[in-house]
Amino acid sequence: MRPWALLLVLPLLLGGCGSSSGWGWYVIDPTTEGGWTNVRFLIAGYPSTIYISLLAAAISIVLGLVVSLPGLSSRRWLRWINRIYIEFIRSIPLLPMIFWVYFGLPLLLKGSWVEFPLDPFWAGVIALALSDSAFTSEIFRAGIQSIGRGQTEAAQTIGLTYFQTMRYVILPQAIRRILPPLANQFIYIVKMSALVSVIGLQELTRRANDLNTTEYRALEIYTFLIVEYLVLVLIISQAVRWLERRMGSDERR
Amino acid sequence: MTEAAIELAGVNKWFGEFHVLKDINLTVAQGERVVICGPSGSGKSTVVRCINRLETHEQGLIRVDGIELRDDAASIRAIRAEVGMVFQQFNLFPHLTVLENVMLGPVKARGLKRAEAEARARKYLERVRIPEQADKRPAQLSGGQQQRVAIARSLAMEPRIMLFDEPTSALDPEMISEVLEVMVELAEEGMTMIVVTHEMGFARRVADKMVFMDAGEIVETGTPAEFFSAPKSERCRTFLDQILSH
Repeated sequence: MRPWALLLVLPLLLGGCGSSSGWGWYVIDPTTEGGWTNVRFLIAGYPSTIYISLLAAAISIVLGLVVSLPGLSSRRWLRWINRIYIEFIRSIPLLPMIFWVYFGLPLLLKGSWVEFPLDPFWAGVIALALSDSAFTSEIFRAGIQSIGRGQTEAAQTIGLTYFQTMRYVILPQAIRRILPPLANQFIYIVKMSALVSVIGLQELTRRANDLNTTEYRALEIYTFLIVEYLVLVLIISQAVRWLERRMGSDERR
Repeated sequence: MTEAAIELAGVNKWFGEFHVLKDINLTVAQGERVVICGPSGSGKSTVVRCINRLETHEQGLIRVDGIELRDDAASIRAIRAEVGMVFQQFNLFPHLTVLENVMLGPVKARGLKRAEAEARARKYLERVRIPEQADKRPAQLSGGQQQRVAIARSLAMEPRIMLFDEPTSALDPEMISEVLEVMVELAEEGMTMIVVTHEMGFARRVADKMVFMDAGEIVETGTPAEFFSAPKSERCRTFLDQILSH
């Protein structure tokens, strides 16, 4: 489709604005008291969405790194562990994963020493982190493999251990290549966190749903919701770009 | 009788079906300088890389300073502590400065304090005659300078044996001599060295023993005098003709 084709849609939208039967912006009009209350209610979902994404991303990065390392081993059984984990986790859709963690995991752990009730927030963090770790692990593997074999060999000949080689030689170089795909993955997590609304977490999407059931203004409320995600993702993109520039400026090869 | 620095007995290695090393027997005495030469693909780099376990060997015995090289991490670590290595492609760490490159091993592997390690690093940079480049990144240096940093990085671990795997093959001709000079000095100080190289001038000057390899075998060994003037095998004669006549 050519960009000018979008213009054809314009009369439709504008027409909608004119007639009250199409759009009813009053529902989120911040100049009215009712509208302002609704807007504040919707925006109050940000902390949950942000915290759940940050926590899930942090856990996913650590887990992904740990899982990627056996995948780089010369021992076949270690590579197998990595393969099985990735293929297994990667094949589970996020929604069933959320259900399994929220409804299933507490039953599984019942009676064991780690028995705990999972609230929707932590269930969401675990499900997102697990699901995402398969992807971050592959990102780490590709990034680490892109650093030449000679670097590892040189580190070995000056007596560094495996973990020292990773920590001081390989990862500092790999991180510059890993960062962009990792940022992509983080944006993906932010968007996928919307699914946690189904188990009742009061994040952005859940709040929009709740408001809609009382106001019946789906078009305005979900448009607002989309803009909320857009703003969040744009801010993240900017932050990542800044980070990339900072790390890239260090690179003199 | 002093113990041999390096001993290889009946070493065999395969890359899949390909028999890269065939019954390699080689003894290097303490303080001895051995130069290995031979056509490319003859297995000379592989021999050197087996000694500090960058490659595994399938058969035979490798012993370094009396320590037998086995599969266990302890023997590998003990041997690597004795053996320094210089690569054809330098393999400096591009994200660290020259000084940090040289300090990394002493600080992390030997547990030296930073000040101590820095003093040591500067000492060896002085020795390879590039103390003024300490704060630069490897990419800002010429090939010859990079290779000298790589030598300093190895020496900072104070090894008793140095392995050189074609140290000048990736260098522009005008930079070869600055690297060879440093290596000659090392040899004169009595370092045990195995050098894989095609620099026959260097070999004549410092080698105690010449080793000629072809197709995974040691074809001939001898003193430089007999090796260069009267090579015993046809293969060796052909090889020497080719590289000395160019």
